Amino acid sequence: MEKTIAAISTPHAVGGISVIRISGGEAIQIADRVFRGVSGRKLEEHKGYTAAYGQVCSGGRMLDEAVALVFRAPKSYTGEDVVELSCHGGLYNTREVLRAVLDAGASPAGPGEFTRRAFLHGKIGLTQAEAVAELIQARNGQAVRAALAMREGRLFEKITAIKDSLLTLAGHLSAWVDYPEEEIPEIGQTEIEAVLVQALEKLTQLLCSYDRGRMLREGVDTVIVGKPNVGKSTLMNQLAGFQKSIVTDIAGTTRDIVEEIVDLGDLSLRLADTAGIRQTEDPVEKIGVDFAKKRLQSAQLVLAVFDSSESLTEEDLLLIEDVSEHPCIAVVNKSDLETKMDLDFLKSRFSSMVFVSAKEETGMEELRREMIRVLRLGDLDASAAMLFNERQRSGAQQAVSALQEALDTLRAGMTLDAVTVSVESALESLMELTGEKVSDRVVDEVFSHFCVGK
Amino acid sequence: MSYYMEDFDVAVIGAGHAGVEAALASARLGMKTALFTLTLDQIANMPCNPSIGGTAKGHLVREIDALGGEMGKFADAAMIQSRMLNRGKGPAVHSLRAQEDRRKYHTIVKHALEQEENLYIKQGEIVAIHLKDNAVESVETRLDAVYRVRAAIICCGTYLNGLIHVGETSYESGPDGTTAAKGLTDSLKEKGLTIRRFKTGTPSRVNRRSIDFSVLEAQPGDERIVPFSFETHRPLVNVVDCFIAYTNENTHQVIRENLHRSPLYSGRIEGIGPRYCPSIEDKVVRFSDKPRHQLFIEPMGLDTEEYYLQGMSSSLPEDVQLKFLRTIRGLEEVEVMRTAYAIEYDCCDPQDLLPTLEFIHIQGLYGAGQFNGTSGYEEAAAQGLVAGINAALKIQRKEPLVLDRASSYIGTLIDDLVTKGCMDPYRMMTSRSEYRLLLRQDNADQRLTPIGRELGLIADARWNAYQQKMRDIAAERRRIVKLSLPPTEALNRMLETRGTTAVTTGVRAVELLRRPQISYQDLAPFDPTRPEQSEEVTEQVEIELKYEGYIKRQVSQVEEMRRLEKRPIPADISYDGVYGLRLEAVEKLKKIRPLNIGQASRISGVSPADISVLLIWLEQNSGQKSPMQTEQGGRTDD
Repeated sequence: MEKTIAAISTPHAVGGISVIRISGGEAIQIADRVFRGVSGRKLEEHKGYTAAYGQVCSGGRMLDEAVALVFRAPKSYTGEDVVELSCHGGLYNTREVLRAVLDAGASPAGPGEFTRRAFLHGKIGLTQAEAVAELIQARNGQAVRAALAMREGRLFEKITAIKDSLLTLAGHLSAWVDYPEEEIPEIGQTEIEAVLVQALEKLTQLLCSYDRGRMLREGVDTVIVGKPNVGKSTLMNQLAGFQKSIVTDIAGTTRDIVEEIVDLGDLSLRLADTAGIRQTEDPVEKIGVDFAKKRLQSAQLVLAVFDSSESLTEEDLLLIEDVSEHPCIAVVNKSDLETKMDLDFLKSRFSSMVFVSAKEETGMEELRREMIRVLRLGDLDASAAMLFNERQRSGAQQAVSALQEALDTLRAGMTLDAVTVSVESALESLMELTGEKVSDRVVDEVFSHFCVGK
Repeated sequence: MSYYMEDFDVAVIGAGHAGVEAALASARLGMKTALFTLTLDQIANMPCNPSIGGTAKGHLVREIDALGGEMGKFADAAMIQSRMLNRGKGPAVHSLRAQEDRRKYHTIVKHALEQEENLYIKQGEIVAIHLKDNAVESVETRLDAVYRVRAAIICCGTYLNGLIHVGETSYESGPDGTTAAKGLTDSLKEKGLTIRRFKTGTPSRVNRRSIDFSVLEAQPGDERIVPFSFETHRPLVNVVDCFIAYTNENTHQVIRENLHRSPLYSGRIEGIGPRYCPSIEDKVVRFSDKPRHQLFIEPMGLDTEEYYLQGMSSSLPEDVQLKFLRTIRGLEEVEVMRTAYAIEYDCCDPQDLLPTLEFIHIQGLYGAGQFNGTSGYEEAAAQGLVAGINAALKIQRKEPLVLDRASSYIGTLIDDLVTKGCMDPYRMMTSRSEYRLLLRQDNADQRLTPIGRELGLIADARWNAYQQKMRDIAAERRRIVKLSLPPTEALNRMLETRGTTAVTTGVRAVELLRRPQISYQDLAPFDPTRPEQSEEVTEQVEIELKYEGYIKRQVSQVEEMRRLEKRPIPADISYDGVYGLRLEAVEKLKKIRPLNIGQASRISGVSPADISVLLIWLEQNSGQKSPMQTEQGGRTDD
C-alpha cells in the first residue's frame, strides 16, 4: 500500500477557501484523527461523495472550522481514498491544518504526487501525465538552485553536524557488534545518552526556529484588530501601499479577512484586516467577527488600532483583554484631532505604542521599527540555519521521534541492537534531507575509525 | 584439437564453498550437474581461517541451512569449538562461529558430493566457455574436452590468474600452494565481461610445539553449543581452545623498519584489498597510535599441529615475518610452517549480474563467491546456493529465486552486490541490514524454510518438524499472552533481585516479559501450567514478545519497501526511450538493469524524480490500457 500523503492543494495565496487534500489507504483514518464532525460521526462511517461540517483540532486546540469531503477509492481524483478538508483561507491557518494532518500520520506529498497517483490509477490521461513529468523536472531544477542558496547551505551544515555525531555513534556501535573480538571499547550508556540528548536538543532548536524563520521568509502573520471604524482598513491600505479592501464610514463593512503581503524592507507582513470585533446580531457579519477572533489566536503579531479622538469604550477594553497574550502594538490613530482617549491607561496595558495618522501617512517608519523590536527580529540572523518547508520540518520531526525512541529504549535497559535500529532510523530521516544512504555510511565509518579485521 | 565428451544441464566451475552449494542445489533440483575442480584434494578447502561463521556470517550459514543448503550441516560435523558471539548485545546480533577441523571438513564435503545423485565431480580446469546466440552452449577443459551445458556457474575463488606476493617475490599460484587457473579470464573478456583485480591475504601457520601457551590467554568454547543447522539435534562438544596474544611496540618497529620491502607499499600490488581484513602492516601504519594489536591463535584441526594466527596477515618478506612474530609474547620461539602471503586474482564486476546472479548479457552464465567480488566462505556459499537454484529454475523455465533485503542477509548481500557494486572485497556485516531486528539467526527457518520447501530443497520430515515448531510457537504465545500472575511475595522477591519494580496487583506475564531484566525462564516458578517446550520454541516466543514494538516497526518499514519491490521493470525496457529520465540515471539503469522499482531506487545516481518518471512510463507501457478519463473530471492541481 502506498503511503498516505497530504498537501495544500489550492494555490499558496490569498483566497476564500483553502483545501488540504489527503490521499492514500489511511486517508480517512488520518482525517478522523484531526477532524471532529458536528454530527459526532466519524468520517470512517461516511460513504463516498459525502461532506461533513466540523472542526480541525490538534492537541486539544481547535485550529479551524472545516468541511470534510470524503471520496472513497476508486472514485476520487487520485483513485485512492481521499479526504479534502476545506478550511477558511489564509496561509497560516492552512499550514497549521496541514501540519496537524502530517503529525497525525500523513507524509508530505512530493511534487506532482497527487497527479502521479491519479495517473497510476488510471484517472488521468497520457498528456496530463507528461505534463507532470515536465513539472517534476522543473521542480528538480529549482531544488538544485535552492540547494545553492546560502541559507539552505547553513541548514545542510547544521544537519550534517548532527548527522555526523549520530554517525560516529552508529559506527562505533556497529564496530562493537560486528567485531566483537577486536578490543573495541564498549560505549557506556551515559555516553550514548549524551550523544542522543545533544542531537535531540539541536534538532528541537531547529524545529523551534522553523516558525521564526518562516516569519522572515514568508512574512509575519499579522492581524489588525480594533472596533469598527477606527481606521483599520485605512492602516492596512497604507501599509500595503494600495487600496485592497473597501473602506467606508459604515461600521462593519469589512466582513471577510483580506490578506496582503506587505514588504517593509527587511520585514514583510502577511497582513489580515479583520472584520471589526464587535457584538453583532447580523448572522453574516457574526461569521466574520468569529473568524477574526480565531485569526487573532494564531497571529504572530497583533496591531490593535485605537482612535485617539474617542474615549475608550467597553468594546476597547474587551479587545485589550483579547490581545493581552499576543505580541502586540497599540496603534493610535487620527493623532491630528483632539485627543479624548486615556493614553496613560493604554500605555499601561501595552508594552508598545505608536501614533499614526492614516490620513496624513505619518508614523509608518516608527511603526515598522516597533514591529521589528516587538518581534525580536533585529537580532535574528537571516542567514542562520533554518528548516525551510514542511518536508524538511517533517524530516526533522521524524528524526526527533526516532531519537526519542532510541533514548527511551536505552533508558529502559533494552539491548543495544534495538537502540541502534532507532538511531539509524533517525539517521535515515536526516540523510533524506541531505540525500545520502545510511548503511553505506555506517560501514564506511567503521572502517575509517576502527582497526578491525583478521 | 577439441573433442566432445558429454552433455550436462549445469557445469559448476570450482569446488570451493560457492561451487559446493551451487552443485548440490542444482543436482537436488534434478539437474544433471558437473562440478569441475583443479584438484579434488582441495574441495571445500579453507585456505584462510579454519572457522565458519562469525558476525553476520553466522547468520548467512543459518540462512543457507534454512533454505536447504548444506554448509551448516558440514560445519556442525567438523566443528571442534563453537561460540555464540555478541551474547548480551541483543538477539539481532547474536552470531555463531565455530572452529573447524579443516581437513575433516574437506573430507566430509567431498564424500557428500560424491554420494549425491545427479552430481558428477571432475578434476579438470575449464579454460573456455562457448556461447551460441549469447547463451552458454558448452565449456571446454585444459585437455580440450568439450561438455555441452545449458548453464555454467563460475565459482573460481581466488584462482583466476592468481598471483601470490611475499615481500619482493611474486609468482603465479592459486591459494594454499595450488596452481592458478589460466585461460578462463581471456574467454570471459572476449565475451565483453569486465574483469577486475582484487587482492586478499592470509597469515602464517605455525607449529603448536613452538608456542608457549602458558603465557597466553585461553578462549574456550560455549558451555552449551547452538548448532548451525536447524536439523542438527545431537549434542556438539568443544574439544579445543583458542588463544589470544598481542603485538607490542617491538613488533610494530620491526614492521615499520621493513615497510619498503612490502609489495603493498612499493606499489607492486595493483589489486584492491579488503578494508575489513587489513594486513598487520596496514594496521600498524593506519592506526599508529594503537600500542598493541590483538591476534588469535587457532588450531587448524585435530590431527595436525598447525595453528593459524588470525589478525597477522602480511605480505612482508619471510625473514621480516619471522622477526616480528618472535617479538610477540608466547611466540618468541615460533616455527613458521606456512608463510603469510597476499594474493591477487581476477574477478567480475557484480553490477554486470542480475539479482539471480546470472550475467545480464549472457544467458545461462552465473557467477558466485569471490569471483563476484566478495570475501569469506559464508558469503560464497550463500551466493553459490542462489546461483545453483536459479540455474536449475531457468532451465526448468520456472520463476527465478530473488530474495529481497527484508527476507535475509543472503538477499541483502546479493542486492548490495548487484545494485551498489563493490570497490573492495565485500564482507557481510550486521550493519549492512536495515532490517536486522527481523533477520535474526534464530528465526532463519521462519524466513526461508517455506521458500526452500517450495523450491523442493526441504524434505518431508524436516518440513513436518518445522510446521510442528511453528504450531508450538503459536500455541505457547497464545497461552502466555493470556497468562496473569498474582502479586505474590515470591514473584516480587524475584522482580527485586532482577533490579526491577515489584507489583502490587495481578500482572500480565507479557508485561513482565517486556521488561528487559526479566526472562521467560525467570517466570517459570510462577507459571505452573507452563507446558514442556523445547528451547527453540520458548526462545521465539520470548523474543517476539520482548521486542514486539521494535519488530512491528520494522515490519511496517518492510511493507513500505516491498511495495516498490513489487513493481517489476520489463527486462527489455529501453531506457533511452523513457522521456524525462536524466542522462546519469539512464546510464546507471542501463548498466545495472534493475528487476523492479525498489531495486532501481537503491541505485546511486537514480533520484526520486527519476523513479517517478519511470513509474509513469511503466504505467503507460503496461500493455493493458489504463482508462484515460478522469472519473470526476475537474481539478488537476499539484
